[in-house]
Amino acid sequence: MDTVQLTIDNKPIVVKKGTTILEAAKGIGIHIPTLCHMKLDDLNIENKPGGCRICIVEVQGRRNLAPACCTEVSDGMVVNSHSIRVVNARQTVMELILSDHPSDCLICPKSGNCDLQSLAHQLGIREIHYKGEQSTYREDTSPAIIRDIDKCIMCRRCEMMCNEVQTVGVLSAINRGFNAVVSPAFEMNLDHSVCTYCGQCVAVCPTGALTEVNHTSKVIRALSDPSKTVIVQTAPAVRAALGEEFGYEAGTLVTGKLVSALRRLGFDYVFDTDFAADLTIMEEGTELLNRLSKYLEGDKDVKLPILTSCCPAWVKFFEHQFPQMKEIPSTARSPQQMFGSIAKSYFAEKMNIKREDLVVVSIMPCVAKKYECGRDEFKVNGNPDVDYAVTTRELASLIKLANIEFTKLPDENFDNPLGESTGAGVIFGTTGGVIEAAVRTAYELYTKKSLPRLDFDELRGMEGIRHATIDFNGFPLNIGIAHGLGNARKLLEKIEAGESEFHAIEIMSCPGGCIGGGGQPYHHGNAEILKKRQMAIYREDKNKTLRKSHENPYIIKLYEEYLGKPMSEKAHSLLHTEYFDRT
Amino acid sequence: MTRIKNLADLHKIKEEVQSKNRLRSSLDYPEHLVQIKVGMATCGIASGAKETMKYLNDELEQQAIDAVVTKTGCLGYCYAEPTIEVTLPGKEPVVFGYVDKAKVVEIIDVYIKRGEQVEGIIPLNFQTIDD
Amino acid sequence: MNDNKKQLRIALRNCGFINPEIIDDYISRDGYMALGKCLTEHTPEETIKEIKDSGLRGRGGGGFPTGLKWEITRKSESDQKYVVCNADEGDPGAFMDRSILEGDPHSVIEAMAICGYCIGADKGLVYIRAEYPLAIERLQIALSQAREYGLLGENIFRSGFNFDIEIRFGAGAFVCGEETALIHSMEGLRGEPTFKPPFPSVSGYLGKPTNVNNVETFANIPAILNKGAAWFSSIGTEKSKGTKVFALAGKINNVGLIEVPMGTTLREVIYEIGGGIRDGKKFKSVQTGGPSGGCLTTDFLDTPIDYDNLIDAGSMMGSGGMIVMDEDDCMVAIAKFYLEFTLEESCGKCSPCRIGNKRLHEILDKITSGRGEFQDIERLQLLSQVIKDTSLCGLGQTSPNPVLSTIANFEDEYLAHVNEGKCPAGQCKALLKYEIIEDLCTGCTLCFRNCPVGAISGERRQPHYIDQSLCIKCGVCYEKCKFNAITLS
Repeated sequence: MDTVQLTIDNKPIVVKKGTTILEAAKGIGIHIPTLCHMKLDDLNIENKPGGCRICIVEVQGRRNLAPACCTEVSDGMVVNSHSIRVVNARQTVMELILSDHPSDCLICPKSGNCDLQSLAHQLGIREIHYKGEQSTYREDTSPAIIRDIDKCIMCRRCEMMCNEVQTVGVLSAINRGFNAVVSPAFEMNLDHSVCTYCGQCVAVCPTGALTEVNHTSKVIRALSDPSKTVIVQTAPAVRAALGEEFGYEAGTLVTGKLVSALRRLGFDYVFDTDFAADLTIMEEGTELLNRLSKYLEGDKDVKLPILTSCCPAWVKFFEHQFPQMKEIPSTARSPQQMFGSIAKSYFAEKMNIKREDLVVVSIMPCVAKKYECGRDEFKVNGNPDVDYAVTTRELASLIKLANIEFTKLPDENFDNPLGESTGAGVIFGTTGGVIEAAVRTAYELYTKKSLPRLDFDELRGMEGIRHATIDFNGFPLNIGIAHGLGNARKLLEKIEAGESEFHAIEIMSCPGGCIGGGGQPYHHGNAEILKKRQMAIYREDKNKTLRKSHENPYIIKLYEEYLGKPMSEKAHSLLHTEYFDRT
Repeated sequence: MTRIKNLADLHKIKEEVQSKNRLRSSLDYPEHLVQIKVGMATCGIASGAKETMKYLNDELEQQAIDAVVTKTGCLGYCYAEPTIEVTLPGKEPVVFGYVDKAKVVEIIDVYIKRGEQVEGIIPLNFQTIDD
Repeated sequence: MNDNKKQLRIALRNCGFINPEIIDDYISRDGYMALGKCLTEHTPEETIKEIKDSGLRGRGGGGFPTGLKWEITRKSESDQKYVVCNADEGDPGAFMDRSILEGDPHSVIEAMAICGYCIGADKGLVYIRAEYPLAIERLQIALSQAREYGLLGENIFRSGFNFDIEIRFGAGAFVCGEETALIHSMEGLRGEPTFKPPFPSVSGYLGKPTNVNNVETFANIPAILNKGAAWFSSIGTEKSKGTKVFALAGKINNVGLIEVPMGTTLREVIYEIGGGIRDGKKFKSVQTGGPSGGCLTTDFLDTPIDYDNLIDAGSMMGSGGMIVMDEDDCMVAIAKFYLEFTLEESCGKCSPCRIGNKRLHEILDKITSGRGEFQDIERLQLLSQVIKDTSLCGLGQTSPNPVLSTIANFEDEYLAHVNEGKCPAGQCKALLKYEIIEDLCTGCTLCFRNCPVGAISGERRQPHYIDQSLCIKCGVCYEKCKFNAITLS
């Protein structure tokens, strides 16, 4: 392998050819500050526009300063990362960026989590020598995401996510010079665009330019209303990430503390979206088997592959981009909506609570869930099945607001009947999990045999597109997995071209699945965090006694008492949905 | 047009055009004509070269003067646009600047018809690659 | 050389001589001879060597050796390569590329085909701004005539070489003259530069090796090949060979396009070819290199013009804009004018250029409107240095040059603005003061009646008075006064 020898800050180092100065420096413990640069290693995601000019370093013999993130090392290179010329330039560039940025840090939603703020601190900026006009734009509020682009610093991370990773193409730089900013075309509002609300722009924004719509005050108001019964569901990926907001190492499972915190916040019942995930498997798995048996019987019209439908951003994506294929995804609602629907029917009836008096709050790793619960088809007489969807981050702020010392909380259990779940429900939180859960159930329903093993390692991982073939008693079931909408697009284009061999495909909008959702604690470009969350999810699954959805006793009971059987008429009206052409 | 297949074809065209030009500008040949080029780049047109060219054509036709008027690019004398280059048979080309309608009349009456000097000649101040 | 013939026309050799819409006219002046000879008698390597030996450097501003660029692109292995002609001329006051395309489009087409042959490309693209409709029209006519003659298309000169050219329109963004931005624009992306390397010669249009040259560079190629590298390299200075086209503008008598051998002095250009300063005024400065260049003083009038001398003098060649300023021009206002241009034309991608230029402009505005402080001059210099040092592309790396060079060469003017509240050239309105000379004022009330803001008061037949806090410095009183009783200071 070709190597290159150079010195950085007087330290000699030998690195692989093609390494950037930034990477080389990192290898010897020199942390060159960056702002626009972001690299999620295992996900193959990198933002490297070389635009912020914070990482500039002095390279001997070079006329001007070099951006460490884009400059490849060369033999004999002599780099100085903190000469007076560099430090002065870096501070000046930072001052320039700050001179065009509102200084309302104290009340900014991103305060404490802002990369720009930390960097200003790190660079010791105490004065802005070049004050002047600040660019101002219209604030744009959508059902899920707020754009306050006065705070945009043109790092282009969101643009890269929206275009390259998600291939949604809503956000791009517009205008020139000082007025340049990232925005939808013609500065239209997000809700008039094809935005899926996947929230990956929010997840990577280094400042407060892109944040989620905050519903915490609505939740607080509902909790304080004595006439309301307020119940809460928490998505699987939340328990694997919430701890980070309270100083825990990434990948720490805080399920028990999460339950206890929710109870202390005043929720009347603390339930689990995992329960609804098990229910999703019952419906979606049955739908898969139905389509499969029709296909095997020679039905030419049957739609295969079946595509999962639990991700609201994915649903909105195909409604905009592939409306001609809207009959292919499963009609099963997402776990959040199944939960809301069952809560406001079965549970409400059981507890004798009027629908209007029952408030369903969901804790989600996702910002698109805010949009999903507002969709008209998930309302009965205008009353939504799920009233408020708040993100993992919003929950953390609610807990802090309620003076709850999270780390000291005891571990508690979910309430019943909607709190019991299996390991299959838990793994919904990561890419590959939904399909693995579906396989566990579909296999046993199809073959009438017990699974010889429960861990399908071939379905796990971080690869953007994965595939595996599972032997269904002699029938090879071809499974595809995609996370990131760009990867989903690739699979969809294959299906459209008739080149797909798959029988079932799981699609998650966010890289990594829900653990990497737009509502999760900020990863600040550290892909290790996502991997650790994923491992935590699988750990939680492993710890469960029940790991197959169809074995969840409360699911069995729900069908016995209320729904009949999967895909029954009642199940259809409560648990399934339809899709719309949004072009 | 026929395809140019080799250098000989190219040379043939070159010679044809050159000899035609020679014929036109030489008094010895009966086909000789007054040749006029009008600077018709953006700068010339902006200063009125189109009007100048039209007026020139009209006047030459009315006065039955045998001339060819063609357009050409910019000679660089942007300060003096519109510019025209007049080549009388047997004489060196002469470039006139600020050629509006009145100047056209003057150039035709005095320089072309009588062969007398007219003010407004721009001295050529460059060498060509063939010099 | 003949004294009144300081100019030598190589790139402009056919402009004004041929009818650009008739290919035979071009052929009659040795057009397509160079292409024919290359294809039938020379290898690409021989041709590249000839261009390298000629010493031709890029005329778009960078001054990179053209032959070397061709060689690098030739050596980049790929199934597909491209030749791009950069006709996105954007320097204020520069229009030589337009003029060449309008007056001699075939010379560019011929050169692009030669380049294609040399680097191994069968496709050429001309990136031209849509604001050049006549150039586009003439180029289109020329392209179709060249195709009819088989000088473009398949098997040109029966050599087996195929080449054709497409036109791509730009929307007139200055930064799209930067080659990576130009390529992104052609790809349908936002016209903004990306970090180099990779250079277009290695990874350019659609990720393929792409040779980008400017119109004037291309226009030199056929002449070089026809007359030989030795002839070309005998013209010019040691490191800058051949000629350069300049667009003379500003306070000069003979505004227009000129082409002079490298090494000609600014004095020769301004006084001999340009006919000196308009209205007999005093020469103050000449700005070369467009918004990226600098303003040179009388001290530099005898400097031979070439790439390196201009850089040493604190300016640059650029694409050849040359704007002459006289004693009435305020150098602070000039710096501000150029900054305004870069401010408009910055793509906004990198922070120093996007925000830094804005701040420079704000400080200059502060100075020209009379609110400047002594520290502002130092602030301008420090910020300029950082912008140059940290910007992503050539635009930002050079945009502070007008500021730095005016401070270096005309610091006294800056000082007059900030220390004395005066604009020595009398250009900065905010610093002007109209006053009535009591002794001369007859109290005719003409100024009083014409002042649009009611800043003038006084009794009839008594001396009048201008209230400075109300005066908007429109100058109406000054024009109206029949007794020269109003002064401007």
